Amino acid sequence: MTDYIWFLAKRAALLVAVIFFGVSAAFFITHLSPIDPVETALGRISSQASFSPQAIAEMRQTLTELYGTDAPVLSQYGNFWRRLLVGDLGPSLIAFPTPAMTLVMQAMPWTVALLVISTLITFVLGNLLGGLAGYNQNNALFKSLGMLAISLQPIPYYVVAFILLILFGFVWPVLPISGGYAMTVTPGLNLPFVLSVLNHAILPALSLVLVGFGSWFLGMRALVSNIVTEDYVTYAELAGVRKSTIVGSYVMRNALIPQITGLAMTLGTVFSGTVITEEVFNYPGLGSLLIDAVFEGDYALVLAVSSISVVAVAGAIFVVDLLYPLLDPRIRSE
Amino acid sequence: MTDDILKVSDLKAYYQMNYYGNNFEVRAVDGIDMSVRRGEVYGIAGESSSGKSSFVKVLAAAIRPPLRLVSGSVRYDFAGHPIDLATADARDIEAIRWKHLSYIMQGSMSVLNPVRRIGRTFEDFASRPLNLRGRAFRDRIVAHLERLKLPAEVLQAYPHELSGGMRQRVTIGLATVCHPEFILADEPTTALDVVVQKEVLKLLRDIQKEMGAAVIFVTHDMSVHANVADRVGIIYAGNLVEEGPTREMFSAPKHPYTAHLVASLPRIGDTAQRPALDGRPPNLAKPPPGCRFHPRCPLAVERCRREAPPLETVSPDHRTACWRWSEVAPLVDHGMRQEVVR
Amino acid sequence: MFTVLHDLVRYNIEFAIGLGLMTAIVIFAGLSFVSPVDPTMVYLAIPDQPPSAENWFGTNSRGQDLFWQLTFAFRNSLVFGFTVAILSRIISIAVGLTSGYVGGWVDRSLMFVNDIFVAIPIFPVLVLFYFVFRDDLDSFRLALIMACFGWPFDARLIRSVAMGLKHREFTRHAVFAGMSTRKILFEEHLPYVMPIIFSTFMNNMLWSIGFEVTLAVLGFTDINEPTVGTVLYWANSHSAMVVGVWWWVVIPIILVVMTFLGLFLLAVSTNEYIDPRSRLRRMGA
Repeated sequence: MTDYIWFLAKRAALLVAVIFFGVSAAFFITHLSPIDPVETALGRISSQASFSPQAIAEMRQTLTELYGTDAPVLSQYGNFWRRLLVGDLGPSLIAFPTPAMTLVMQAMPWTVALLVISTLITFVLGNLLGGLAGYNQNNALFKSLGMLAISLQPIPYYVVAFILLILFGFVWPVLPISGGYAMTVTPGLNLPFVLSVLNHAILPALSLVLVGFGSWFLGMRALVSNIVTEDYVTYAELAGVRKSTIVGSYVMRNALIPQITGLAMTLGTVFSGTVITEEVFNYPGLGSLLIDAVFEGDYALVLAVSSISVVAVAGAIFVVDLLYPLLDPRIRSE
Repeated sequence: MTDDILKVSDLKAYYQMNYYGNNFEVRAVDGIDMSVRRGEVYGIAGESSSGKSSFVKVLAAAIRPPLRLVSGSVRYDFAGHPIDLATADARDIEAIRWKHLSYIMQGSMSVLNPVRRIGRTFEDFASRPLNLRGRAFRDRIVAHLERLKLPAEVLQAYPHELSGGMRQRVTIGLATVCHPEFILADEPTTALDVVVQKEVLKLLRDIQKEMGAAVIFVTHDMSVHANVADRVGIIYAGNLVEEGPTREMFSAPKHPYTAHLVASLPRIGDTAQRPALDGRPPNLAKPPPGCRFHPRCPLAVERCRREAPPLETVSPDHRTACWRWSEVAPLVDHGMRQEVVR
Repeated sequence: MFTVLHDLVRYNIEFAIGLGLMTAIVIFAGLSFVSPVDPTMVYLAIPDQPPSAENWFGTNSRGQDLFWQLTFAFRNSLVFGFTVAILSRIISIAVGLTSGYVGGWVDRSLMFVNDIFVAIPIFPVLVLFYFVFRDDLDSFRLALIMACFGWPFDARLIRSVAMGLKHREFTRHAVFAGMSTRKILFEEHLPYVMPIIFSTFMNNMLWSIGFEVTLAVLGFTDINEPTVGTVLYWANSHSAMVVGVWWWVVIPIILVVMTFLGLFLLAVSTNEYIDPRSRLRRMGA
């Protein structure tokens, strides 16, 4: 049991450290920026509607206070943490005066759903097929699947997404290539909306699955081809243990342990991939929001999206880490 | 003499490898003839890389590429189930596994699935051959564990939670629970400390007597052979060089290599300098001509360098492959140790 | 060294293909040195011409010959990937060897930092840097930033090897002979991790060029410098696929996929040659 508590404590410390460093990095990097958020904001607001000079002066004061730009950097930093904890990072510019946090929270479910579903599909599919390929090394079908995985694995997210966009946007236009749902349906819990969401998610999810599949497949295949030479597998085979039991409970079960560690380690990369894929397919998630915010120089929103991304990814890694002891009795031991 | 349960004739098994364009052939088992009687413990001794492990793999039908069976036969005469491993198909071999022929693999640390409870492993291994399930199966296992002085709680444990000795007893339990007629034990005690080793050996011996199974017991440790084996065979460079009743092998070895193995045993109160054996075991990819032991043999003469000696019978049950066997004398005075318990 | 290379080419089909692809790409990029045109100039040729005997890869909507444009683009991208790989190798060797050899709390704290770097999503961070630097984010700055994020996986791998080396006989001899830690690491241990460094080098180039393409396509780099990514950026911004200038998109993508496949095959096959169990160790460390 103590081992388990130790493990949890270490992972929790990592969670805190990642959030602390990631969010701090986001804060300090943005503060290197020559952009003055207050003036940018004022410029944008006054270009959209006309305000009296008095209103503008008032707004300037509010914004200065809001962004805390008149304070020394360190106290701004302290303020920033306080604001992050209460979930208020000031108004966004691209949809002024909607709070940046509100936009983030609207985009979050799209990204989380896309990421979770595609990661699950990729992980299960890649490990299952990779495991079988490692066990049946001379099977022609699995061999050709291996070639496919090798050629897909190195291609970056952007290129795969872009190829799919060309294929399904121009060559064979059967799937929607842009947006999160059709304009003709009303958002809510109704069948047309749900179907439309699923339909729109196919291509983004497919591109994430295609890229991710290769590395899980190849990784699992390599792991399994090593594990089949382990003594406990040989011994079970010599004892005439049923083949399905050997493949499932002896080989794959053991190979899954490092793969779960791998899952935690790749979540950051997968998130980056999601950001890119969203941008390509104009998907209304965090990635598109972040890119819009950068283009518009939306200081508060950039900071909000990147901080929340760091927190979300670190949290997801922590959750996956919690799964690890369930799979490996050597950590769970009492 | 006819009651042999295992008869091996002219067995050859080579490792054939191709590594980046270079062909290697390692003659790990190169023409072995021997047999094992029902209910007997046959000890196999030899240095590491002498081919003894490969030999056991062949006997256990556990050969995988690059190890290949080149020629010869391995005949088991199981009750109602005679089989020749050289010609049997996979299904026939499946049918004898664990029910008739079981195996205790080298390295008790790594032969148990680290993420599976011992109880589940017992189910995987024995439920089918015993044709038992649920309560009845569990009772049978618990009774068997009791015989091995293991508490029923080990069924709930994971391998890493057990001590080395317990783990070894678990593997012995796995190998014996179906009451096989033949057990192959490959270095079952090597990784254990001396006290535990003795305990495990006694247990193995007891359970073997109780079930009347034949055992091939492989270890490089001659003192273990002195304790458990009825007969001992010595393997050197892929050949059987001598075999005979244990007592005779120790007191009157008829091969210079055996004489050295016996002489290297530590004995209480003996402070004399031990004659050391020079050189290394030969490279089995390029074995020396003639008798393979000649480069290290103190008795070697010209003939040994040219002609390989045949395995000839020198006294009842005792065979040796040496041109000068009659001149081999024990290197130390009288082999059997005092503490030998038979 | 030479015989190893010879063996690999002869008996490892993956290595042979990878080497072939990469040689082709490097020669192609090398042609930029003899280019008759300046890649930064626009409207030097008739725009939107399909591939022909005169313009092998056609011309783009900005009046540039795509063949020569792409030679520069690949040269810049390869140099970029090379820079990132060199810099991040230096960090991962230093961290990995130290962590593995010294052990104890040094190891624990270095690996803790390592894990933090693994967990931080890189893409948002790179976007933040663009937010700060804007169009000043040239290849070299980007390479420096990416090198800071490209080391943790490989540092862990090197660490696991270094941990094994620590208990070898020759290390103990060196310690008894009074060699300093730094000397042991760089003179005794470095040669052993060199093969891993070679294989991870390829992987790292793959990773960094991939990111460069992604950032550039979104317009998050210096778009006036021809790289694989900026070629695609301009193609996108001129809606090349929509207006039918397909060669502007398809040819670069084919070349990019060739590059990635080549680098990946080289990495995988050398890795396999060195140690078939490497993946297991990388994960289980």
